[in-house]
Parts: sequence; structure tokens; C-alpha cells
Amino acid sequence: MTTDIHMASAELGDTIIKIDELNKWYGQFHVLKDINLDVKRGERIVICGPSGSGKSTLIRCINRLETHQEGSIVVDGIELTEDTKHINEIRREVGMVFQHFNLFPHLTVLENCTLAPIWVRKAPKREAEETAMRYLERVKIPEQANKYPGQLSGGQQQRVAIARSLCMNPRVMLFDEPTSALDPEMIAEVLDVMVGLAEDGMTMLCVTHEMGFARKVANRVIFMDGGQIVEQNEPEEFFNNPQNDRTELFLSQILQH
Amino acid sequence: MSEVKIFVPAPDRSPPSNTLGPVAWLRENLFGSISSSIATLLFFYLCFSYLPPFVDWAFIKANWTGTDRSVCEANAAGACWTFINVRLEQILFGLYFASKPEELWRPTLIFVLFFALLLPLLFERTPGKKWLSIALLGVFPVVFYFVVYGGSFGIPQSNTTQWGGFLLTFALAFVGILLALPIGILLALGRRSEMPVIRSICVIYIEFWRGTPLITILFMASVMLPLFFPAGVEFDKVVRAMIGITMFQSAYTAEAVRGGLAAIPKGQAEAAMALGLGYWRRTVLITLPQALKISIPSIVNTFIALFKDTSLVSIIGLLDLLNMAQTAARSVEWKGYDIEGYLFAGFIYWAFCYGMSRYSQNLEHKLDTNRRN
Repeated sequence: MTTDIHMASAELGDTIIKIDELNKWYGQFHVLKDINLDVKRGERIVICGPSGSGKSTLIRCINRLETHQEGSIVVDGIELTEDTKHINEIRREVGMVFQHFNLFPHLTVLENCTLAPIWVRKAPKREAEETAMRYLERVKIPEQANKYPGQLSGGQQQRVAIARSLCMNPRVMLFDEPTSALDPEMIAEVLDVMVGLAEDGMTMLCVTHEMGFARKVANRVIFMDGGQIVEQNEPEEFFNNPQNDRTELFLSQILQH
Repeated sequence: MSEVKIFVPAPDRSPPSNTLGPVAWLRENLFGSISSSIATLLFFYLCFSYLPPFVDWAFIKANWTGTDRSVCEANAAGACWTFINVRLEQILFGLYFASKPEELWRPTLIFVLFFALLLPLLFERTPGKKWLSIALLGVFPVVFYFVVYGGSFGIPQSNTTQWGGFLLTFALAFVGILLALPIGILLALGRRSEMPVIRSICVIYIEFWRGTPLITILFMASVMLPLFFPAGVEFDKVVRAMIGITMFQSAYTAEAVRGGLAAIPKGQAEAAMALGLGYWRRTVLITLPQALKISIPSIVNTFIALFKDTSLVSIIGLLDLLNMAQTAARSVEWKGYDIEGYLFAGFIYWAFCYGMSRYSQNLEHKLDTNRRN
């Protein structure tokens, strides 16, 4: 299976995300420094690095949950600026999965999945529900459709969150540490869904420390520290032959146990 | 090669029998410790020494019938409910309607209509609840205006300065609650706005009205407001009280709602943003429903406080339920029966406030989506 995915990487499409000389500050704190990153259609990128390295901030800039001060981000031909209309256009096409799921607790699983298609895409209710059920089946929890998020396990909630994003039919999926808040037994069920997405050719940017996942599906692994991209490479090269001593130290620490 | 053991969960057993049943409950809850036992005994002692004489006075020996005080004077050991009975119209509907028997149908119709709309809403399985709510919150106030105030459709106009009793209490509280909730929600959203001008306006409004006693607001509305209008322009006293109460109440409601908004994790708005929902959709569909659910107890708390605070309108010469009961008990015919008047007024306040409190608990329970299954 792994080889299939990597063979596909040879025939990647055009650039879908173009980040140029991106700089961001939180007050005085320089959190992202001169980031340049091109993401091709169908590419799967894993971003890792120590906490505080700016990796979550970077992917949150892509759908403007964070604003940047310098540089440019172009997503699918639309540049991110103050313009609310552009921001919402991009958010429609970019799905995001959060560390703490962020499901809407007052709505059922099905309602969580149909809310945005109905209110943002103006899809008819029936159609939105059919789409939602299709994606809930894909993440293997159609039987939970009428429950509330609070009644599900963490792994199930995260799978609903993935289905909720997919219902908008996004062109890019951002994952912000999707398995960090899960019990060990539930990590696998979420990663399985993500591997399946990768196999279907979804463009993915994942902030994660699941190195097994990175080896298996990523076309490129990016290592960040201190708000900079320290090193990026294909997974095999990245893990077996790191070019930077900081990367080497990080890998030795996370692969030690 | 050793074989792999197969894990079989042990069967569940029932708890020890001495932790079940009424005796175990008594032991655990009423006589769990020495201090708990003393509290239990003291409570029962107080109940047995004070409750029977009160029941005796208020119910068993009480006077219920008759048309004047001679009945009560003949049997002074019991409460004089005759007084309430005779003056019921005055206490409930005020002097204007009590003095015109041919107009009594107007307030009566209003209360019948109110309960006819309200009671079905309290039951879970009533069909068409949406329409009932619209009727109660949107149509009912209009009907109230035309029936109670009058002045059109051949219904004579009533004199608002002679409105009084429970009808006035009800009108002030209903308007206050109905208008303060939406205004309060907007103020709460404004106070959390990222736009400094809107935020400042809301903060100033809330802090001004919250920092001023209601009694001062009512007094100002009555005495100061006319000074700002040209001579001869009359502003209805009841309307002035309603405006003052709404301003005051919306500041409190805003703070209750803001508390709820602050308790919603940031991730909720972020998830909604990431799905492409704009500010108003995000607010109306995601944050506000959750915030209102959390703030139900504190919102209802302010409503209950308002319901009772309406009695402060006596400062501007309006006679609400409490003041009307007092006035009736000070009339020449019924002098000396203040206790019955206060008890009756107190009971009505209590019944409505307790109703609101129970309904809010019910609503909280119904909206709790976190309970498992």
C-alpha cells in the first residue's frame, strides 16, 4: 500500500498553496520567520517540531485563523488579505481538524456534518444529510449519527470531526495534532481514516508526531524550530539521513522510546 | 510454547444489602453523623412546634366567606380571607377595572389568554410549540395593548395611572423580560466585539444602568424626564416605568449572557470559522445557543429579581400587587388585616417566581446534551 501512495507522488498537480516570505509576530514575539512553502495538489506534508516551534501557527495561517503581518499566502489562486469575502471563500475550500475536535456539543453528529453545507454551500437539507451519511460511513460511524458528541469516545469524535470537514468537499485538509488528545487505543482508528484520505489523493498538511504515519503517507516531512523551516525532505531521507544537527537531535529524542 | 490466555471479564455482582432500602437511606442521609442527627431532630422539632399553629390559623379556623369585617371580628382566631375575597378584583386588576364591573372582562380575558398560551408550552409533547411561542411573545402583547389599554374597536380607553394590582406587576415584568432579553444579548455580543467603539458604547451602557439603583432610575424617569420635554407634553407614567425597567434589566441580562459567552471554548468559534461560517451565522448557530444554555440559571435569576423589583414603582405613585394589597388593607372597611394582604401578595409573587425557577431547571435538563444516552 505504501508504495502505491508514493508512486502517486511522482505525478503531483499544480501548486495549490503558495506561501512567500511569511512573517508573523505575537506582539514582540517573532513566531514565524521567512517561511516559504509551496504545496502541490495531491501532496501530503507532515510538519513536526518541538512545541512552540510555530508549526500549528503556520497551518492556522493558511485558513486565516491567525493573521500574518508580512509576506503572502495564496490558496487556490486567492490571496489571503483582510477581505472577509476572500477569507470565507478560502475557508470553504480548506478543511481543518483540531487537536480537541471542537465538535458542536449542542448539535447531533449528523447536524454537525450538515450545518456548514446547508448554511454556507446552501445545499438542500436532504442532500446534505445524504452526503453526511456517506462520509460518516467512510469514517465507520454511521450508527452514531443521531447521538450527541458528548456521548462518543475521543476517537469517534475526531472521526466525526474529519467527516464534518469532508462534507464541505474541501480541496485541502489541515490537521492540527489530530491524535495528541487521544488515548493510545484510539489513535489507530483516526490514523486509519487519514491514511484512507491520503490514498484517495487528498492534499493534506498534518502537524503530528506520529512518525509511523509520516513514513507511510507523507511525500514530504518538514521540521520546524524557532519559527523557521529547518529542514524538509522525503520521509526516507528525512528519517534516515537528516541534514541538520537540530533535526537529528529532535528525531533521536522522539524515536528513542 | 505456552498458550495465550483468553481474558474473560468477571460477572457483575449486586451491592451489599445493608446499603439499600429506606433504613439505609435514613441512616446515611439523616443520621449519618452526630451533627447531622442533631440537625435532623432540630428541624423536626421546629416543624412540629410552628407548623400546626400556622395551619390552624391560615386554614382550619380561617374565615373564607362573608362580605364585611363582622365575620372576621366574630372569629378572630382565624385568618380573614374574606378580605381578600371581597377585594380580589382591586388587588388583581387595580382600581380602574375594580370600579367598573362592566369592564372586568378585559383583564380576565388577558389572564385566561396568557395561561391558555403558556400552559401547553410547559408540556414536552405539545404540537406546534413554535406557533404558540410566537403567539405568546408576539401576538399576546398586542392583544394586551388593545384589550387592557383600549381606545379602539369600541373598547373604552383605560386610565393608566389607575392601572394597578397584579395586572400592573404582570405588565411591567412581561415587557421588561420580553425586551430586555434581545437587547441584553446584543449588548453582551457588543461588549465582546473586536470593534473598540461598539465595545465602549456597550460597556458604558451596561456599567451605567447596572451601577444605578432601580429606585433611582424610576424616580428620575418620573421626575426628571418631563423636564427635558416641552411643557404640556405628557409622557405616560407606566410607559416611563417600562422604559426605565427595560434599560435596567437589559444591563443585567447582558452580563448574564456575557458570562455564558465567556464560558464557550474558543475552539467552537474557530471550528465554525474554519467551515466558512461568517460572524452572524457563527454567533446565532454555534456560540449563542451554547452560551444561553449555560446562562439560563443566571438569566432566570435576573428575571425573578425583576418580577419582585416591580413593586418599587410605588415610588412614582403606581400601585402594583404589593402596594394594592397594602392599600386595600388600609381602607376603612378592612383596617388591620395587613397580614392577610401581605401573605396573599407574597403567595402570588412566590407562585410566579417558583414557576419560572422550575421551568428554567426543566429547560436546563432538557438541553443537557452531555448526559450519556
